[in-house]
Amino acid sequence: MAKKKFVVGCFDDEAVLFPAVKKVRTAGYKIHDVYTPFAVHGLDHAMGLRETSLHTAGFIYGITGTTTAVSAISWIFTKDWPLNIGGKPHFALPAWIPIMFELTVLFAAVGMVLTFCYLCQLAPFVKKHHFHARATDDLFVMVIECTDKTNTDDLQAFLSSNGALETKVEVAEDGWWLGRYDKDEMPFEEKQIVAA
Amino acid sequence: MASLRTQFEVPGKMKTWSYALIGLGLAALLYGMFTKGFSSDEHEQVHFWGTLMYNTIFWTLICNASMFFISVTTLAQAGFTQTFRRIPEAISTLVPIFGAITFAVLLYIVFGHKHHIYHWLDTEAVAADPILKGKAGFLNPTFFVIWTTLTIALWSFLGWRIRKLNDEADAGPMDRETSEKFIHRGTVRTAMFTVWFGLTVGSTVPWLWMMSIDAHWYSTMYSWYTFVSSFVAGMSLIALWVIYLKNKGYLELTSQEHLHDIGKFMFAFSIFWTYLWFSQYMLIWYANIPEETVYFKHRTQGAYKGIFFFNLIVNFLCPLLILMKRSAKRNYTLVTFMAVLIIFGHWIDFYQMVMGSLMQDHVSLGWMDFGILAFFVGVMILFVGTALSKKPLIAKYHPYLKESVIHQV
Repeated sequence: MAKKKFVVGCFDDEAVLFPAVKKVRTAGYKIHDVYTPFAVHGLDHAMGLRETSLHTAGFIYGITGTTTAVSAISWIFTKDWPLNIGGKPHFALPAWIPIMFELTVLFAAVGMVLTFCYLCQLAPFVKKHHFHARATDDLFVMVIECTDKTNTDDLQAFLSSNGALETKVEVAEDGWWLGRYDKDEMPFEEKQIVAA
Repeated sequence: MASLRTQFEVPGKMKTWSYALIGLGLAALLYGMFTKGFSSDEHEQVHFWGTLMYNTIFWTLICNASMFFISVTTLAQAGFTQTFRRIPEAISTLVPIFGAITFAVLLYIVFGHKHHIYHWLDTEAVAADPILKGKAGFLNPTFFVIWTTLTIALWSFLGWRIRKLNDEADAGPMDRETSEKFIHRGTVRTAMFTVWFGLTVGSTVPWLWMMSIDAHWYSTMYSWYTFVSSFVAGMSLIALWVIYLKNKGYLELTSQEHLHDIGKFMFAFSIFWTYLWFSQYMLIWYANIPEETVYFKHRTQGAYKGIFFFNLIVNFLCPLLILMKRSAKRNYTLVTFMAVLIIFGHWIDFYQMVMGSLMQDHVSLGWMDFGILAFFVGVMILFVGTALSKKPLIAKYHPYLKESVIHQV
């Protein structure tokens, strides 16, 4: 877990956000993420995000499900406990296909949901830092990761000149950590030390 | 807008090709008709009329699938079809033409009393057979002819009304009220077509035209199976025309995004076809009742074994593995290849559905099948090309056009 320094810029219009994203990228800054209240078409392309590999993972989970079904049923019905069912051969493939299909779907679905949650760093009893509360309401929040050499004042001025309504510098945890939103304090918040 | 190439001109090469195919096909058709169709040998007759029958039915249904595609996308208020909607419209203009050929062939079989094709035409056999007697209210020449006439006439008429309505979107800009009325009228007209389509292709027509060849046998999956087979081939035909026109520099507003959606239809309905194929096969295999397994006996264990499993590989495994990836559905070459493969695969499917019952002892696939196929392909190319050249390729005042232009998957 590492704390990092971020510059946050808030926009209230997609039409302003898109050129700003483009300019920030051209200027060489690294965009950590853009938080939006709703899915914005084309933003992933503008940010230069690569195509997700979630479907490849889904394919692998599906194949695993099929293999599990075939090997389990064929072992049970031909080796472990062969039964005569309606005079059918022990290796009765057509009868197994529905089960193969179901296990394929089950493995793919559950596996993809878990992978998706992992990629988005979502889970129960786990927290992530919110850069701006209004990102869930009406603001598009662009978060830029700083390096040692980043001049935050310049960057804030650059964001403002590109239409950001509000800018700020935050030092925050970039990943997830164990905790609960209703109880725990933010680990990056500085404790107020009141002189006795 | 003004710079778009919306006027399609039929290239000379296309005409030459279609005339060549029609000429070749007509030669095979006529030669087959006089040597086999009118011969005194019943097996030869069954061979020719069966071959002609499954070809006409296949091509009528896949052209009709275009109108079904238009109807369901209109009912779902889908905007993405607008940039290429004139293509399914042009394909569906073939329904009256191929429908008339189908009608003539079916009428010849019924009134020519070809009871080796439709066993239920044999009145003496029906009188002595309790099963066929029970079905006589449905399987009799009067009902067959009336229902076939109604089916083809209403497909043509309701489809023509839908195409005619869309011409209004060529005329001039519409204000809000006119647009709303236009959309509503489209909804009503396409709903009428969809209901009639469901009642015919979704249930009765495949029973009458093809399932009644095995007059004793029945399957509740059969109609859906026929519908999906024709629909997925119909989508592939639309994809081929879209790609052809893109190649020629038309359809500037149609992009990979639209191709991706057509590809999804081809992929999804190939899987749906397999679902129905399997449901029909597995239930019969599992129950193992002789009067049901009679349909699969010569297909899975007899002469048609190769065709039967080839059918499954081409129509299920290939689309599943090749079209699964997103990049494949956005690749023009790959979609072209798959579209040709799927159309061919479902043509083979119709072949085994009809000829697998008519010529059970040996696979009859040969020059006559491919000759007649060439005839239909030639007619299709010629008429669709002509229909496309008669109207602008884009109905440019359609209320949903913008939605289609900015479409993104």
